[in-house]
Amino acid sequence: MRFFPFIVANLFRKKTRTVLTVGSFAAALFLFALLATIDTTFTGGVEVAGADRLIVLNKTSIIQPLPISYRDRILQIPDVKHLTYAVWFGGMYQHERNFIPIMAVDTEGFRSMYTEFAIPQEQWEAFVRDREGCIVGRSTVNKYGWTLGDRIPIKGTIYPGSWEFNLRGIYDGTRAEDDTTQFWFQYPYLDERKEFFKGVVGWYVVRVVSPDADARVAAAIDERFANSAFETATESEKSFAAGFVKQVGNIRLIIVSIGSVVLFTLLLVTGSTMAMSVRERTGEFAVLKTLGFSDLTVMFLVLAESLMYAVPGACIGLTLAKIFTLQGDPTGGLLPFFYLDPERMLAGFVLALAAGIAAGIIPALLAMRLRIVEALRRV
Amino acid sequence: MVRVDGLNQGGALIEVRSLDKTYQRGSEEIHVLQGLNLDVDEGDFVAFMGPSGSGKTTLLNLLGGLDLPSAGSIVVAGDEITSMSGHKLASWRARHVGFIFQMYNLIPVLTAYQNVELPLLLTTLSKAERRRHVETALAVVDLADRMHHYPRQLSGGQEQRVAIARAVVTDPTFLLCDEPTGDLDRASAEGILDLIHQLVDKYGKTVLMVTHDPRAAERAGVILHLEKGVLVECQQCGRSGGMS
Repeated sequence: MRFFPFIVANLFRKKTRTVLTVGSFAAALFLFALLATIDTTFTGGVEVAGADRLIVLNKTSIIQPLPISYRDRILQIPDVKHLTYAVWFGGMYQHERNFIPIMAVDTEGFRSMYTEFAIPQEQWEAFVRDREGCIVGRSTVNKYGWTLGDRIPIKGTIYPGSWEFNLRGIYDGTRAEDDTTQFWFQYPYLDERKEFFKGVVGWYVVRVVSPDADARVAAAIDERFANSAFETATESEKSFAAGFVKQVGNIRLIIVSIGSVVLFTLLLVTGSTMAMSVRERTGEFAVLKTLGFSDLTVMFLVLAESLMYAVPGACIGLTLAKIFTLQGDPTGGLLPFFYLDPERMLAGFVLALAAGIAAGIIPALLAMRLRIVEALRRV
Repeated sequence: MVRVDGLNQGGALIEVRSLDKTYQRGSEEIHVLQGLNLDVDEGDFVAFMGPSGSGKTTLLNLLGGLDLPSAGSIVVAGDEITSMSGHKLASWRARHVGFIFQMYNLIPVLTAYQNVELPLLLTTLSKAERRRHVETALAVVDLADRMHHYPRQLSGGQEQRVAIARAVVTDPTFLLCDEPTGDLDRASAEGILDLIHQLVDKYGKTVLMVTHDPRAAERAGVILHLEKGVLVECQQCGRSGGMS
């Protein structure tokens, strides 16, 4: 700590250079944090997916339906504990830009299947009582400024026409990664109004007695409906979510690639700054050594200086990124959630420290190995 | 008392024996110092004179543990410094040697106070103790009122005073001065020489000074002349002294 004022004083030697270098760290960490947030957005569904839940889809394609009659037949399969179903509806509010992930859901089983969504009991009951009722996630409600009791007009995308719903409930996620953009309404309302594909659902969600039973139950379901007009493809929710992410592309690879380039550039910028700084101060390091500063102390001072670029830069970048993510989903509702978690922030900070050390290590070693007599001759 | 015959039987603060320093330049060997003997007692003020390349600064570097000799030994207050490791030598320098350079070599981004405090950062002194030491050292060089000035805000003479305060703040065993007045005008140089003299007379410091300036050298108790790495003349040496 006693060297701290000395280290800080050196940072103010070239103010512009210091500001630019700290700014580079801030910009890089801001970008890293946003990339990490996007990664969390895409992979978060995989991570929070229920281990004991299976998704039953039409084997042909995700957009092909399954008969509602499968409900009872699936429930007869051993180790199936619970079941619900849903239909993808989509829909837009007021403008095409305002796309909302809307689903028609089963009022009997849906709530007990997705216990991670918190809905006040009286709101759920009001929803069940009202055939045109809907429950909407907190972020979508906040985005459009809706309040309970509002009549919400929606333009159908898959099911055309104007649809109107009464907002009966608002759900919250119990975890930061939970998607609070969804809009649910009653399946019977959809089935009554639609003119085609009546008596079918989009998919079933099955809860098994334990995660160990996943594979066995999935095989049993698919076997039960083999060679029928609507063959099924059953997989765990985790595997389904991972597959969905894969369809978008290898997000993690893209993020790692961009992150690596940013980090490499940062290393060049900071490494060059530190190298210049050490070269300019060769004489001063020689004087420090003359005064009795050991080689290791001099190395520590240079590394500490390098970290003094990294730490404030990282703090600024991560704080700005956090503030940015707190403003909500920048795509206007296309992302299920947009959340920078503390673990990613910590990872970013550690990464910045590592970059600071990596950038400073060579100049630090040069300063450490400096021979006093030769360096003093250059003063 | 200063002796240069190498016959002293111990008791001197600084004992130099058969000191050689050779540089290799390509295939050529350059003998900068050759078989040099020197004994300096505590409280002595010694000036080294000689033409450029005579080995004055090299000798000072060796005495200050900044460089290692090719042969011979240097013992300071009982410590054989020529066999010390780099880390130990750094600690030894911090404890025993105060350096004063021709170009002052202050750190430009630190105030006079912070520059003087630098060597104390290596000690276990508390902040309050460090403050007391720094203020005392700056008072000795008569710059207590300039302690928060940066080097660029000081004159050359004042900068050198700060450098002297930095050199004495740890109360080192001896001071090494390399052309301390070489970059100063006559009046400032006189002030610095007065100050160095005061350190010897009033505070009993041992000072070894390299200079080209005969007037500066005359302020020392002893003047040693070096030529081609050999001590060739000793003025005002102790009665038993002589050329080795």
